[in-house]
Amino acid sequence: MKAIVIVKPKTTVLDPQGVAIRDAVRHHPGLEHAVAGVRAGKRLEIDLEASAAADPALEEKLHAVCRDLLSNPVIEDYELHLER
Amino acid sequence: MHFAVIQFPGSNCDQDCLRSLRDDLGIPADYVWHKDTSLGDGCDAVVLPGGFSYGDYLRCGAMAKFSPIMRAVRDFAAGGGLVIGVCNGFQMLCEMGLLPGALIRNRDLHFICEAVALRVETSGSPFTSRCRTGELLQIPIAHGEGSYFADDATLRDLEKHRQVLLRYVDPATGVPTPASNPNGSLAAIAGICNRERNVFGLMPHPDRASHPRLGSDDGRKIFESMADAIRGRRYQRAGAAIGVCHTEAPARDALVAMRSGGGDVFGV
Repeated sequence: MKAIVIVKPKTTVLDPQGVAIRDAVRHHPGLEHAVAGVRAGKRLEIDLEASAAADPALEEKLHAVCRDLLSNPVIEDYELHLER
Repeated sequence: MHFAVIQFPGSNCDQDCLRSLRDDLGIPADYVWHKDTSLGDGCDAVVLPGGFSYGDYLRCGAMAKFSPIMRAVRDFAAGGGLVIGVCNGFQMLCEMGLLPGALIRNRDLHFICEAVALRVETSGSPFTSRCRTGELLQIPIAHGEGSYFADDATLRDLEKHRQVLLRYVDPATGVPTPASNPNGSLAAIAGICNRERNVFGLMPHPDRASHPRLGSDDGRKIFESMADAIRGRRYQRAGAAIGVCHTEAPARDALVAMRSGGGDVFGV
């Protein structure tokens, strides 16, 4: 079982890394005029022990760690997906 | 008087801080290891030094908040003790929620290491009482993630309560300009304190500007202000009467009094 966490900068936060990547992508042949913008985030894959699946509060605990550690709610949004 | 300099795995300005305090300012200071759970007897101030704690993994300063010593630092701050976070230490204070906002990647993505001009926005804090309001300081920065960000409401709140202590400015005019803002910080913010004015975070390194041989000794004023506050001499009461000295009581007593008088308690 896996938890997939996607962390992205909030749309209101300047993302200079995304801007730099956007500009680089626009140098790719055929994409000069195709790309409006890029946001750079990160994807975390958390391998869970089989026994963890039995915990009814697992998802809530994972949301808590997403808020407390894996993302910073001041600047980032996250998505949590559980793959069983 | 005694300062505690916290060492994390990856700290690299711990020695700069300790030597500035001890050798340049004559302030007794010692290291405290991040796995310790106590700041030690008689600790008067905490320094969270610069560097790359935990390799800057995940986000700068994000891991450090789970170090065992941080519970003691939180308690110390909640009791009115002076805490200063320099560079990575500023990032930690924001991640811990002891200061509002966050520090993100520099506007131009570069790691910047250079002396910058800073304007002291108010002398009404235990970290800037040795400066004049409006005074310019020259202190170096060295960071890749120092662009201060906060939402509009937080920013308004910071300005309203005079919590912005330092701003990046043009050294010739003393005014913030896009060119003099090295990292794209909102409102050219270089350093802020909490509402209670006992926790201060700044990206510039006063520890690298504590002796003329380093190119500037303007950073001394920040540590000396703290020492003054601890000695209870020049501390200017926070809150409504910024800029007017009303109390000779030691800083901690004043802050405790303010707190019991209904002042907001931050991040406890």
